[in-house]
Amino acid sequence: MSEIQTNDGGGKKKKGGSKQKKISVFVDFTPMVDMNMLLITFFMLCTSLSKPQTMEINMPSNDKNITNEDRDAVKASQAITLVLAGGDSIFYYTGQPDYKDFNSLKLSSYKADGIRAFLLKRNTEAVNKINDLKEKKLQLKISQAQFTKQVSEIKGGKGTPVVIIKAADKATYKNLIDALDEMQICNIGKYVIDKMSPAEAYLMKNYRMKGQLSQASAK
Amino acid sequence: MSKVKVARKSTRIDMTAMSDVTVLLLTFFMLTSTFVKKEPVQVTTPASVSEIKIPETNILSILIDPKGKVFMSMDKQSDLMNSLDSVGNHYGITFTEQEKNKFKLASTFGIPIKSMKTYLALKAEEQDKVLANYGIPTDSINNEFKVWIQKAKKINPDLRIAIKADQNTPYKVIKDVMSSLQDLRENRYNLITALKNETAK
Repeated sequence: MSEIQTNDGGGKKKKGGSKQKKISVFVDFTPMVDMNMLLITFFMLCTSLSKPQTMEINMPSNDKNITNEDRDAVKASQAITLVLAGGDSIFYYTGQPDYKDFNSLKLSSYKADGIRAFLLKRNTEAVNKINDLKEKKLQLKISQAQFTKQVSEIKGGKGTPVVIIKAADKATYKNLIDALDEMQICNIGKYVIDKMSPAEAYLMKNYRMKGQLSQASAK
Repeated sequence: MSKVKVARKSTRIDMTAMSDVTVLLLTFFMLTSTFVKKEPVQVTTPASVSEIKIPETNILSILIDPKGKVFMSMDKQSDLMNSLDSVGNHYGITFTEQEKNKFKLASTFGIPIKSMKTYLALKAEEQDKVLANYGIPTDSINNEFKVWIQKAKKINPDLRIAIKADQNTPYKVIKDVMSSLQDLRENRYNLITALKNETAK
C-alpha cells in the first residue's frame, strides 16, 4: 500500500518559500513486515541451526589374521580393558585377567572420579604434555597445525596406555559413547572397540558371585 | 482542520526500519539453515565432548531407534535411485521408473526389499505412517543392510558413513551394525552425538 500525500503547507509558512507544494511519498511497510515475520517463523521452526557433533572412530578390521595370540600380546603389555556392562556399570582390568581372583576385575563408574580418574592417572605423562601444548597454543607460540601434529605424536607415543573397550549386549549406546568420550578427555590415542569374549562374561559373573565361580572350579 | 491533520500523522509508525530488520533476519536464516530431515523415529543422540562437525555432503546416515530398527538416508537423490536399482538387481527385483522416482523423494528409507514394491505404491502420507514399523533387516541370515551399504558405497565411493543412534539403544544392535560394516571393510565412520561441555580436571 503506497500513498501519495499532498501537503500544501498547512498553516505553516516556510522560509524561502521556493517550493509551493511538497509531495511526500509514503509507503506503508506493515504488510511487508508481517510477511517477513511469517517467513522468519517458518525458517526458525523448520531448520536445525546447530549441526550435530560427530565422533570419528576407526574400527579394527575383521581380519582373521589377527589371532588370539596377538590379542594376548597386547593384553600382556598392560593394556587396560574396559568392560561396559548393563545398568550403567563399568568394569576394568589391566593386563591379563586373573581368573582365580575375582578382585582383578574392578567396578568403576562413568563419573569423573570413576574411570576417568583411573585413566588420567595411567596417562599422566601424556596429559601433562598435552596441557603444556594447549597452554602454548593459547599464548600463540605454536600454530594449530603444529599443535595437532604434536598432540597426535604424544598420543601415539610409547608408554601411553592401550585401552580395549568391550561392551556387553545389555550396555546402551550411551555407555559406548561415554567410554569413547573418556578416551578423548584422557587423551588416550590407542584404543579399540572389541567384541566381548566368554572370558569377560565369566569374569563379570565371578565378580558378581564374589569369586564363588572360580572357587568352584578350583575344587 | 489543521489540528486534526497533525494528530493523524503522528499515529503512523514508519515500518521501513522494522522491515529492514526482518529482511536481514530472514536472509540470515535462509543462508545458515539446513532443513531438518523428516525422520520416521525420534532419536535422542548421546552427548559427547567431541567437537568435530559433520561434513555437509556425501553422508550416508544410519538411523537406529531404541528398539533396534535400522533406517538409512542419503543426501543425493541420484545415489538413492541408483542404489535402489542395484539392490533390486541383487534380489532379482526390478523397479519401474515411476517407483524409482517415488523412492528418491523419500528422505529416509528402511523397508525390507520384499515389501518395497507395495510400500512404494502407497501414498506419501501413508508411507510415513507405515515406515516406523519397518526397518532394514540386519540379522545374519538376511542382512539387507549390508547389501545396501555395499551397493551405495560402490555407486558413490566418497560416501561417509555416519551412525545416529538413540542413547538407549542396546549395544547388541550397534554391534550388529558395526560388524556388518567391518565385514565390508568400512572401518572408518562417524558417530553422531550432541554437544556436551565437560573437560578434564
